[in-house]
Amino acid sequence: MDLTLHVWRQNGPEDSGKLETYKAANVSPDQSFLEMLDEVNDDLIKKGDDPIAFDHDCREGICGMCSQVINGRPHGQQEQTTVCQLHMREFNDGDEIFIEPWRARAFPIHKDLIVDRTALDVVMQAGGYTSCHTGGIADGNALLVGKPVADYAMDAAECIGCGACVAACPNSSAMLFTSAKVAQLAVLPQGKPEAKRRVKAMTEAILSEGFGNCTNHYECEAACPKGISVKFIAKLNREYLKSMIPSSTE
Amino acid sequence: MILDGKAPTGPIETTWDKHRFDMKLVNPANKRKFKILVVGTGLAGGAAAASLGELGYNVEAFCYQDSPRRAHSIAAQGGINAAKNYPNDGDSVYRLFYDTVKGGDFRAREADVWRLAQVSNNIIDQCVAQGVPFARDYAGYLDNRSFGGAQVSRTFYARGQTGQQLLLGAYSALSRQIKNGSVNMFARREMLDLVVVDGAAKGITCRNLVTGEIESYWGDAVVLATGGFVNVFYLSTNAMGCSVTAKWRATKKGAYMANPCYTQIHPTCIPQHGDKQSKLTLMSESLRNDGRVWVPKKAEDTNKHPSEISEQDRDYFLERKYPSFGNLAPRDIASRAAKEACDDGRGVGESKRGVFLDFKASIDRLGQSTIAERYGNLFDMYYKITAEDGYERPMRIYPAPHYSMGGLWVDYQCMSNIPGLFVLGEANFSVHGANRLGASALMQGLADGYFVIPYTIAPYLTSITPGQIKTDHDAFKESQESVQQEISKMLSIKGKKTVGELHRALGNVMWEDVGMARSDASLKHALKRIPEIREEFWTNVNVTGGAMELNQQLENAWRLADFLEFSEMMATDALHREESCGGHFRVEHQTDDGEAMRNDEDFCYSAAWEFKGVGKAPELHKEPLKFENVKLAVRSYK
Repeated sequence: MDLTLHVWRQNGPEDSGKLETYKAANVSPDQSFLEMLDEVNDDLIKKGDDPIAFDHDCREGICGMCSQVINGRPHGQQEQTTVCQLHMREFNDGDEIFIEPWRARAFPIHKDLIVDRTALDVVMQAGGYTSCHTGGIADGNALLVGKPVADYAMDAAECIGCGACVAACPNSSAMLFTSAKVAQLAVLPQGKPEAKRRVKAMTEAILSEGFGNCTNHYECEAACPKGISVKFIAKLNREYLKSMIPSSTE
Repeated sequence: MILDGKAPTGPIETTWDKHRFDMKLVNPANKRKFKILVVGTGLAGGAAAASLGELGYNVEAFCYQDSPRRAHSIAAQGGINAAKNYPNDGDSVYRLFYDTVKGGDFRAREADVWRLAQVSNNIIDQCVAQGVPFARDYAGYLDNRSFGGAQVSRTFYARGQTGQQLLLGAYSALSRQIKNGSVNMFARREMLDLVVVDGAAKGITCRNLVTGEIESYWGDAVVLATGGFVNVFYLSTNAMGCSVTAKWRATKKGAYMANPCYTQIHPTCIPQHGDKQSKLTLMSESLRNDGRVWVPKKAEDTNKHPSEISEQDRDYFLERKYPSFGNLAPRDIASRAAKEACDDGRGVGESKRGVFLDFKASIDRLGQSTIAERYGNLFDMYYKITAEDGYERPMRIYPAPHYSMGGLWVDYQCMSNIPGLFVLGEANFSVHGANRLGASALMQGLADGYFVIPYTIAPYLTSITPGQIKTDHDAFKESQESVQQEISKMLSIKGKKTVGELHRALGNVMWEDVGMARSDASLKHALKRIPEIREEFWTNVNVTGGAMELNQQLENAWRLADFLEFSEMMATDALHREESCGGHFRVEHQTDDGEAMRNDEDFCYSAAWEFKGVGKAPELHKEPLKFENVKLAVRSYK
């Protein structure tokens, strides 16, 4: 198939950037979206032009590196699919495709489709962990975790940290991302002792890093390549409220 | 030269405990005087940086990705081994040790393997404490599954994303140390040189991948945890950015590269679909727990829909050839058997390079919902890539390059022959011998990072004065200049070939000549072709863009330049090793029924190669291997 691409080109964070148009010819339906872009780039290189810069690494949908808004939707139209797993059979001959970077105040653009997502790391550093030391830990079976709890924690833990939720949100909120970690650790016995401190610190960090607040649009869940549910945002809110109420030991 | 791994002696069960006591310690007040550089933040590097930071050392950590959470450890699916013996099925530390030595086809150092098996149980406990959501049963206990090369269920898992969950555990521990200020994280940096002063590792030179700046970092010790090199085959299951670069730059500074010919070809990957493909996708070996591997008995049936091929016309070749291990035969053996079936004209799929992985029997026995719960994400992934429903018709799989058992030579301390340069995880060569068993890579990465390097780095540190060499030393300036010169040279060629085209050309040679089956003639052919492609690279490559900007073509170019040198050492190693063992199969050395034939008399050693210059023959150093606990025997899974 032959396609027309409109790709966001921006040379550094200070540049204003604009959409450039390219042709992608003889695209095979079995190719992935990124393999299609590889070929466009090969053509650009042969013409002596600057190829399109985009983040990618594992190309199997798990590292969370790839980050493109395709026709207005983070990771494109296929549900629960990262860009690297999106295949060209989802498109038709003659299609026009618009490709843009994640757009959010907290994600400055490095170049073209590559953004800086350090802010997500900062949110994690605020409290996305249990403060356990290496070594000296009791046997793994000393802590019983019922299957429903383990499954709930795993549903939340599947987040790949790509930032599509932020890119999809009209407020550029990182609430889904944050809530997934808060919820995972809040339900597990090993995360409970620090639950209050964690939810406070992480929600403070999302505000100080320039993410917006959540106003229940649910765009994040729709865009999430791992199908992380907004129920975890409700869980975060409950955990946040709980953190305001002092316990008898405080 | 004969190398000494300095492994402790005495009864194997006591080696690690005794050695831990014998090693010198750095007292807590002195730890903060030392700075340690950790390059790579996957399971090994992330766990090491977090644990060393926690102990009080100053740590600087580096990764080429935009965040330490994205290292390729994240893509490991199936699980992590430990000798917990929770299922009461006969496992023990000794059995895990035994299986790993045997699985590696008797080409690993026994004491290192013992240590790995011993600390395996601590890893599970550590990860549970971090909140890794391992699979649990209804009573709340940790669940296990089986993996290749073992007859016990010792693999712990978190759905089909075990690597992701373990990496996020290490990343969370690392994040905590970054917050505490004990680890300084430098993302989007790639190490392009090792700085060696008076024979000891004292720092690294990096390129800032966003600004293009060449940066110097000093450290009292350098820890490389930079993963494997199978992207030398171009198509592999590794992430696009995985390369040999950090290891190769260390090799060019004098570190020995051990057993580079030991590469793992993983049997359960999705077959290649065309020549435009950029990478291959692995599906977890755990699928072989419930999937049966087969091809049609007759070549003329290969075009039929699998449901039209009757039971008696199917060849369940792993069950036939290896009745006691069946579909869970080790990776090297399962891969070769698949290749053999396809070479025999019985491969399936458009390319005829594929075998079936059939879940019908398991679905009939357990129900589709149980299979979906175990492997749902893998079936989804298979569907996205092939547009075929694995529940409805058998999946098609074919072997693909996946892991490198070979890597930088290290002694029992995980220190290379360059004092102060430590190497962890896939980047070193130590525990997997000539073949790695499934669910052992995650185990090794975390063992090295959490429970080995925090102890084994101390004796070296006590032997030096901290902070003696800093970035104002001439060696850092010289290193920066040489990196800058190389980059300028690459950018100035402005030839006709893209980096991708030349990488594909190298990959073809490596896959055909240094792949699953190697011969004297094929290896000599590779050794002729590699310098030709390298020559073409340095005269006819076109690297666009400039040095002082984000330039992905330039990144790919230096990675390929290193592969073009390293691949020659790899082929040289394969040519010199006149035996078949594990992932290294020389067609001249096989039994009548096509099994690998080792030559213990002449090759019971690790081959550590010293770089002598581009295009010059490397020098071989041998570390003899002694097997005092697991008796050298023909490795049989029949």
